[in-house]
Amino acid sequence: MSATISMGQRLRPGSATILRGILLAGLAILAMLPVLNRLPPESALYVSDFVVSVSGKWICYAILALAIDLAWGYAGILSLGHGAFFALGGYAIGMHLMRMIGPRGVYGHPVLPDFMVFLGYTELPWTWWGFSSFPFAFAMALVVPGLLAGVVGYLAFRSRITGVYLSIITQAMTYALMLAFFRNDMGFGGNNGFTDFKELLGMPLNTSGARALLFYAALIALGGALLLCAHLTRSKLGRVLVAVRDAESRVRFLGYDTVRVKLTVFVLSAMLAGLAGALYTPLVGIINPGEFSPGNSIEAVVWVAVGGRGTLVGALVGAFSVNAIKTWLTSFAPDLWLFVLGGLFVAVTLFLPRGIVGLLHKGDGK
Amino acid sequence: MLRSLLVLLLLLAAPARAQDAFTDALRGLGGNFQSQAEAVEKLGALGDPRALPLLQALAEGRLVKTADGTVQLREGDAGEPVRINNRVRVALRGALGRLQLLSPVEAERAAAADGLFRSRSPENIPLLEDALGRESSPAVRERMALALAASRLAAPQEGVKRQGILVLAEGGSAVARGLLLEARAAHPALAPEIDAAIAAIDRRLMLKTAAETAFQGLSLGSVLLLAALGLAVTFGVMGVINMAHGEMVMLGAYTTVMVQEALRGIPALAPLSLPLSVPAAFLVTAAVGVALERGLIRHLYGRPLETLLMTFGVGMIIQQAVRLIFGAQNREVLSPAWMQGTLSLPGGIEITQNRLWIILFALAVLGITIAAIRFTRFGLEMRAVVQNRRIAATMGIRTGRVDAMTFAFGSGIAGMAGVAVSQIDNVSPNLGTGYIIDSFMVVVFGGVGSLAGTMIGAFTLGIVNKMLEPWAGAVLAKIAVLVGIMLFIQRRPKGLFALKGRAAEP
Amino acid sequence: MKGARLYLDGVSVVFDGFRALNNLSLIVEPGELRAIIGPNGAGKTTMMDIITGKTRPTAGTVTFGERDLTKLDEATIANLGIGRKFQKPTVFDALTVFENLELALKAPRDPWSCLRWVLGQEARKKIEATLEEIGLAERAQDRAAILSHGQRQWLEIGMLLMQEPQLLLVDEPVAGMTDQETEHTAGLLRRIAGTRSVVVVEHDLEFVRALGEKVTVLCEGAVLSEGSIDHVQNDPRVIEVYLGR
Repeated sequence: MSATISMGQRLRPGSATILRGILLAGLAILAMLPVLNRLPPESALYVSDFVVSVSGKWICYAILALAIDLAWGYAGILSLGHGAFFALGGYAIGMHLMRMIGPRGVYGHPVLPDFMVFLGYTELPWTWWGFSSFPFAFAMALVVPGLLAGVVGYLAFRSRITGVYLSIITQAMTYALMLAFFRNDMGFGGNNGFTDFKELLGMPLNTSGARALLFYAALIALGGALLLCAHLTRSKLGRVLVAVRDAESRVRFLGYDTVRVKLTVFVLSAMLAGLAGALYTPLVGIINPGEFSPGNSIEAVVWVAVGGRGTLVGALVGAFSVNAIKTWLTSFAPDLWLFVLGGLFVAVTLFLPRGIVGLLHKGDGK
Repeated sequence: MLRSLLVLLLLLAAPARAQDAFTDALRGLGGNFQSQAEAVEKLGALGDPRALPLLQALAEGRLVKTADGTVQLREGDAGEPVRINNRVRVALRGALGRLQLLSPVEAERAAAADGLFRSRSPENIPLLEDALGRESSPAVRERMALALAASRLAAPQEGVKRQGILVLAEGGSAVARGLLLEARAAHPALAPEIDAAIAAIDRRLMLKTAAETAFQGLSLGSVLLLAALGLAVTFGVMGVINMAHGEMVMLGAYTTVMVQEALRGIPALAPLSLPLSVPAAFLVTAAVGVALERGLIRHLYGRPLETLLMTFGVGMIIQQAVRLIFGAQNREVLSPAWMQGTLSLPGGIEITQNRLWIILFALAVLGITIAAIRFTRFGLEMRAVVQNRRIAATMGIRTGRVDAMTFAFGSGIAGMAGVAVSQIDNVSPNLGTGYIIDSFMVVVFGGVGSLAGTMIGAFTLGIVNKMLEPWAGAVLAKIAVLVGIMLFIQRRPKGLFALKGRAAEP
Repeated sequence: MKGARLYLDGVSVVFDGFRALNNLSLIVEPGELRAIIGPNGAGKTTMMDIITGKTRPTAGTVTFGERDLTKLDEATIANLGIGRKFQKPTVFDALTVFENLELALKAPRDPWSCLRWVLGQEARKKIEATLEEIGLAERAQDRAAILSHGQRQWLEIGMLLMQEPQLLLVDEPVAGMTDQETEHTAGLLRRIAGTRSVVVVEHDLEFVRALGEKVTVLCEGAVLSEGSIDHVQNDPRVIEVYLGR
């Protein structure tokens, strides 16, 4: 039992090994993609730029899915606002990238990004201070989502807001942030957001070399996040989380401060989502307020549901498979995609509550 | 001397001679400028409505001389138009103003009063005083009084000016305030009076703004109430979280569009399309609600998070289906005539009719909902199932049927909300998304399971939102309300009207 | 282990005009085993809620040793050494029997300590000893979800023992148990008392008799009678409201 990958669900003996094999194979294939991209295009193994950039995006989504699984699958906190943490991380790095454009903008202003010049700013607002430093911006990509999750989580958990109430509160949170970031006078680029980035850490962004590096950064982050989550969920803290998920008041009577436990995991999960966003922005080259839309957050929840919550691996399986369907479907039948996505919500909750990975599980319990 | 004699004669034989006086005066229009001006003044003083088109034609150069020396309206390009000079024009303006002031058409009298207000000439004072004396419509009286006050303010005599200031202070519109500010600069001697008048106007304007904000808040609140009521039934009573609730509102709005289009060709029914949409929308969304509850939701009872996700997916499918069938662009729903226009209340408060109707409609729907739950067999069974499902079942209540009915009822209310929303918002496939979060906030704020709480919650949020808007802007006001609710549930986690202990009546 | 004394004085709780507790006073000495009986709605569960911090009293004093329990939350009260077993057995279904006990084991409760927790020899021995005591040693690696009703009750009592409480509150431990299981449970509770105070709420008079200790009868939120089971059973007031026919 200490060999199980998942604490939320238990695997059949042998399934764990199969899963681990699939997982490692998947990660290895991903790691090969930028290398295969360097092959001559006529080679049978050649992988296009599109495939590399799309799978880079999916890796970021997989980290987001891990974050959601940690909170939902283990602690039972169904956040419908994780897209907001993701977007905040993305904006933090986006702000750094905007500062790095320097005088190469359309207006050629040495300090201010184009949209600020356009809106008649004369100096940098205080919210932008420090973002010319990459370490600072990267730290903010983790700290800001963490702080927001800390405040919202503290207020919610302390007054015992759980279940669907918490879901709605987090959805309202991302909705409010979306409205706010759409405003020009917030100083974050209004509805256009940030784009036209030039360089990161002295490296020009639109080269295949830069793409490969960012891809590997994301892949390493995914591996690290997976190890971190696996360690956490296999520790006693992981068992406390499962206990909180199933019978929170009983855990309180055992003497655990469940507010602190939930807050810890919620903040950690938000920071992971922020990390995913921070990797996402330079990879796709744009971040805008649409990322805050409640639909994005709930779509990410469905990745986890499809893959199988409370398993960690399921989050990855779900993120990659649902996004693969999405990319494939939207290319030739975009009208169908929303039906399929909606259908996935219905089908998974009704017929496959434990997701794809759940199919490998012992048949006991509920 | 001769003229006064003539007037005396006219007065003595008024009924018989009036006709002749009008014809006499007309003749003058064909004379030189001097006699033209006199004739115009005379016609104005006579107040005969037949003079109005003639004088208007004269002003616009559409009047020609006839062979016998009188005048007539020009037909085509025939004849030479009667020429006028500035003196005649001045006379014309006064005469036209007077005639219009006495016109039988209310809108024309109002327009004339506005015209005189703009010209602000002390010469119009007697004219306006006279017209004010005869006027019966309060709206026109108000405008005339304003014009009179403005004219008085322009008079050379201080006493008359003061009178004008007093009237303006009472009228209390923003226009009057501007007029007073202008006068204050021109006549420093009157400063104390004018300042007092401005202060009085400011007070009235503030009251007016407060009243209008309250109305807008009530109006927004009533829309929130309609959207949240159905949710209060399905979520508050059944504990089922339906994320497709917004789509039910949207379907209600599209039903309104369909009913309107279906009835367009039937003149007898077309004006009734909106009232007919209410039952239609109720039935359509209630049917969708039953299908959703029996087909899907019922399998997920006791698993609220799964229900949330599943119904969100259903909402997506409904939205996309409507988008494919009806197109992504906005559809328009026409308001019937009796809902259009504005209602003017004393103090210059203006209320749009359709919003007033929506408030009344929301209260009516609330009343029906409460009555249905309190006084009908269905309501009794519903309350029984909520309190204790198993005991209700042992007493012969078919709980599955009650669940379906309750869900249909909640969905049907959402559909009726859609009819109301179609009057004030664009009807588009994603209409519902905007309402779902707000509705949940209302239900959580008011207290889950309490319809009174839902009502008070909806109106409070509506009014607070509108109060914050002027200084925070619509978006920040919305955010402030969300944050406010977060903090509020810190103090009262169960909302305004929490159900305590073992009492659990809806 | 020297326990603290549980002291309730003049405690009242009002829900929406309904008096769940009415001027209730009760003292449980360290090491005492006390049975509490009473008809439905007598306020037994509410009394437990008050002691464990789930409900706040409208009036009255509740202390444990020197500490005022009315000011503390559930987790703090649990860490003071007051353990509670619910009427409906609540164990963590997704975890094994062993893991259930491990979670309850007295150890630092903050998230960081939980993350770094390593199961030591001593802790393992304690858990295994408790497994023996509650008779679930064979089932240690089974998920709690597949235990029988009686086994779940014992697991929950075992979890209470792992907390090493000074005071145990046990709500209807034998409801739905077979006679054999009931007897086993009574023995378990008798063994536990002596080292710590135990308050048992029960309907089953045979079980209360088997415990053989002091009995308090609650009625309408207040103490109706107190003493040995024989004394209580012969008290005319008790006969009238509870036992009489």
